Amino acid sequence: MSSFLLAFLPELVLLAGSLGLFAVTLGENQAAKARTLALFVALAAVLGCAVSLHAHATLFDGAYRVDAFSQWLKLVISGGFTFVLLLSADLPDIRSAIKAEYYLFLALSVTGLVFLVSSIDIVALVIALELSSFPLYIMVATRREREGQRVQMESAIKYIMFGVAANGVMFFGLSYLYGLTGSTSLPVMMEKLQPIVGTPLAIAGLAMTFAGLFYKLAIFPFHFWTPDVYQGASNETAAMVASLPKLGAVAVLVRLVSLASPDNPTLVTLLSILACASMFYGNLIAMVQKDFKRLLGFSSVAHAGYALVGFTALDVAGYSASLFYITGYLLMILACFLVISRVSKDGRNLAIEELAGLHKRSPLLAVTLGVAVFALAGVPPFVGFMGKFSLLFAALGKGHTALVVLMVINSAIAVYYYLRVVKETAFGDPVDTTPICLDLPTKALCVVLIVGITVLGIAPERILATISSSLACLGIH
Amino acid sequence: MTSDCTLSLLIFSPLAAAAVASLLRSERALRVWTLLATTAIALVSLPLFWRFDAGSAAFQFAENHTWIPWLGVHYAVGVDGISLLLVLLTTIITPLCVLASWTYIKKRVREFMIALLIMETAMLGVFCALDTVLFFVFWEAMLIPMSLMIGVWGGPRKIYAALKFFIYTMAGSIMLLVAIIAMRLKTGTFSLPDTMGYAFSPGFQALIFGAFFLSFAIKVPMFPFHTWLPAAHVEAPTAGSVILASVLLKMGTYGFLRFCLPIAPLATHTFAPYVLWLSVVGILYGGFAALAQKDMKKLVAYSSVAHMGFATLGIFALNVQGLEGATLVMINHGVTTGALFIMVGMLYERIHTRDLSQAAGIGSKIPIFAAFFGVFCLSSLAFPGTNSFIGEFLVLAAGFKVSKILVICAIPGVVAAAAYMLRVLQKVAYGSEDNPDHSGVKDLNLREIATLVPLLFFVLWIGLHPEPLLRVMHTSVVHLLQQTAR
Repeated sequence: MSSFLLAFLPELVLLAGSLGLFAVTLGENQAAKARTLALFVALAAVLGCAVSLHAHATLFDGAYRVDAFSQWLKLVISGGFTFVLLLSADLPDIRSAIKAEYYLFLALSVTGLVFLVSSIDIVALVIALELSSFPLYIMVATRREREGQRVQMESAIKYIMFGVAANGVMFFGLSYLYGLTGSTSLPVMMEKLQPIVGTPLAIAGLAMTFAGLFYKLAIFPFHFWTPDVYQGASNETAAMVASLPKLGAVAVLVRLVSLASPDNPTLVTLLSILACASMFYGNLIAMVQKDFKRLLGFSSVAHAGYALVGFTALDVAGYSASLFYITGYLLMILACFLVISRVSKDGRNLAIEELAGLHKRSPLLAVTLGVAVFALAGVPPFVGFMGKFSLLFAALGKGHTALVVLMVINSAIAVYYYLRVVKETAFGDPVDTTPICLDLPTKALCVVLIVGITVLGIAPERILATISSSLACLGIH
Repeated sequence: MTSDCTLSLLIFSPLAAAAVASLLRSERALRVWTLLATTAIALVSLPLFWRFDAGSAAFQFAENHTWIPWLGVHYAVGVDGISLLLVLLTTIITPLCVLASWTYIKKRVREFMIALLIMETAMLGVFCALDTVLFFVFWEAMLIPMSLMIGVWGGPRKIYAALKFFIYTMAGSIMLLVAIIAMRLKTGTFSLPDTMGYAFSPGFQALIFGAFFLSFAIKVPMFPFHTWLPAAHVEAPTAGSVILASVLLKMGTYGFLRFCLPIAPLATHTFAPYVLWLSVVGILYGGFAALAQKDMKKLVAYSSVAHMGFATLGIFALNVQGLEGATLVMINHGVTTGALFIMVGMLYERIHTRDLSQAAGIGSKIPIFAAFFGVFCLSSLAFPGTNSFIGEFLVLAAGFKVSKILVICAIPGVVAAAAYMLRVLQKVAYGSEDNPDHSGVKDLNLREIATLVPLLFFVLWIGLHPEPLLRVMHTSVVHLLQQTAR
């Protein structure tokens, strides 16, 4: 029993925390209390993950596996949860009556993600996926309505419609895989699928299964919700939507794509085409954006494309590179959204021009944004460069030269719009000269993100080695 | 060989100095601290010149540590006779940049000094790196501080210039990364010396030569990739122009020497004739464009295009004289053009314009300035007895061995150099009948003289006695040619 507790500790903490948050939301005006509790839950979850980092167990009749891979991801997700909570300080653009509930939904979504990375049975996987998605649909809709801002409902409906459709396709694909293998357990499926993985039916099943995850990752052509949701959701919600679910999606994608490894030319072609389409679409359209969140939305399509490049290698090096890239992306995108939520007064959307002269208003925020944006552009010594480098290395190692060349061309295109942000931040003269005062947690979060982005770029060895050794224990070679 | 950490100390002490500078509050303390730190680094680097064993072509003061084992990346540094000179050029130029920005930089002094110090780390890293990934990291890391330096402290069109510089360089170098990984997949190592010894197939060599050429030719810059240079030079603050001209452009030619020649020798021989002609076009274009300039900074910038044309001409002549001449041209251009940019900056601080006609006749009011300016102008046009003469003479002699027509075509460029430099000198020193009123303009002060004296020393030393420099690089150059002859 104690080994069960140890293995299931992070989930238990989050479940108990969510229940506690539910109890808190029953009262009126409990926002402050809910936030404190949520922060406490997040820290406890981080601790719980750290304690159970080396746990190893298969639970619930083989539906749920706790291993190095899942525990490491849970630690990153809980850490990211803490960052998102610190980032969403007073939720200026959420209706005050439902601020407490907002934290409940946030915690539930994170709980879903934590379940997701451990699920090795497709039924458990589907449930975890839905648990992580539905709270987000609601969070997008919780934004306050005001003059000139009525897009949130449209965004929320777009998000849920796309989500449900993509998940439907995914379930349909899973039914194929079930039909082919007669099992819902991923390890069994992996074994039974190996001899027939090249058949059209298996490839169709896998491709449709990916749809649900591509939707989360915002891969072309499942990306259409992205810019609208980024723009329509409040800054804090967008920060959540943009960061943690992508890590969960990549983690599950690793499990599913490895069903098709080690050699599957049709699937590689499919992944390469989607990666290229995402990179070009995201980067080219991001160039003309005026709203900073929308720009990040399109750039996230491109970054998802980069991450997919790693998958085309269909080996440990490629999966590790993708996971590392998305982990780094988590830090970079959270840094961007931290700056957005602090610069934007009363939670409005931020145009790129409004960043003008940020260095005069708050040097720390300007440096944070500068580091994040240069990292997103892939300039060394930041994590974006190291991530791209390991992706290129993995893909070129498998001989995908054309894909690699297209990826670096895209990196060069992306420099242009990231520099527009730097131009405003570092060189522009402020329209609004009021200095931005930061509280202590914000300052600390800025420093942590800057240090994280830099250290992961200079010394990625530990993380890369951890990821690849944890992949080995999944049985991926 | 026992491990020697001098190079690491050199590379990372500017970064440490930048960390200290970030804590300083007073502007004066910042200037003094940066000057002291960069001077100390220069003094630490000087003994390398004597400790260096000129009889060996091996990389010396080498260090090799595992950096990212998962990817097989090492932290490997070391210098040969060519890179040693460029390292010394960097360490000596940087304190002079601090001196040149002493009164020129008035706002955000701390950020400026930090950018300068980070840049020194990146530049030294590029010249010392013996691992291709390490090289690339330093190569790109330099982009951010340099474009910030242009964009924040530059002239009226600074933002345009900074963005153009960044996008050009980044777009050029991104293919270098692909080439680096492709080489690793063939050789199994990122180590630069090991890669040099690997015989790639001719087709592969042509591809990686193309990738190298794109990134280095943009950096040099060779015609027709030069368009970022006048914009960046004109808008950058004095120290930025000096760093750009003296060190950054050398990273391009150094890249040719370190990557193109030894790693892709077959492709180098195939493409050399075309590159030689591009170099000649650069010499002519730079020379005649400089002739037409009214803005002194722009004039010096275009003269850089011409001078770097000589450097690439020497490199792709592929003989001992050519390579030694090219390396000397790189050093000389660093000294002379650096000095000219500093002096244009000094003039700008006095009369607040770089317009040549506004500076007419100012020499009679400020004779010390005029004296220095005269020497550096003569040096820039390769007057015998100055440093540039030796380098350009070697390059032209080497070019003559390859193709007489080529050198004859380059001659008008040499004449144009004399024409535009003497025109500047004549205007500044004497002017004409109706000179603008320059009464009240002060002559150089002690700090400014101290900035220029070291450069003057190098102009005359290399001009009259280049032997020590040639001796240091000779063995390395011969070894490089052997590698290229394969």
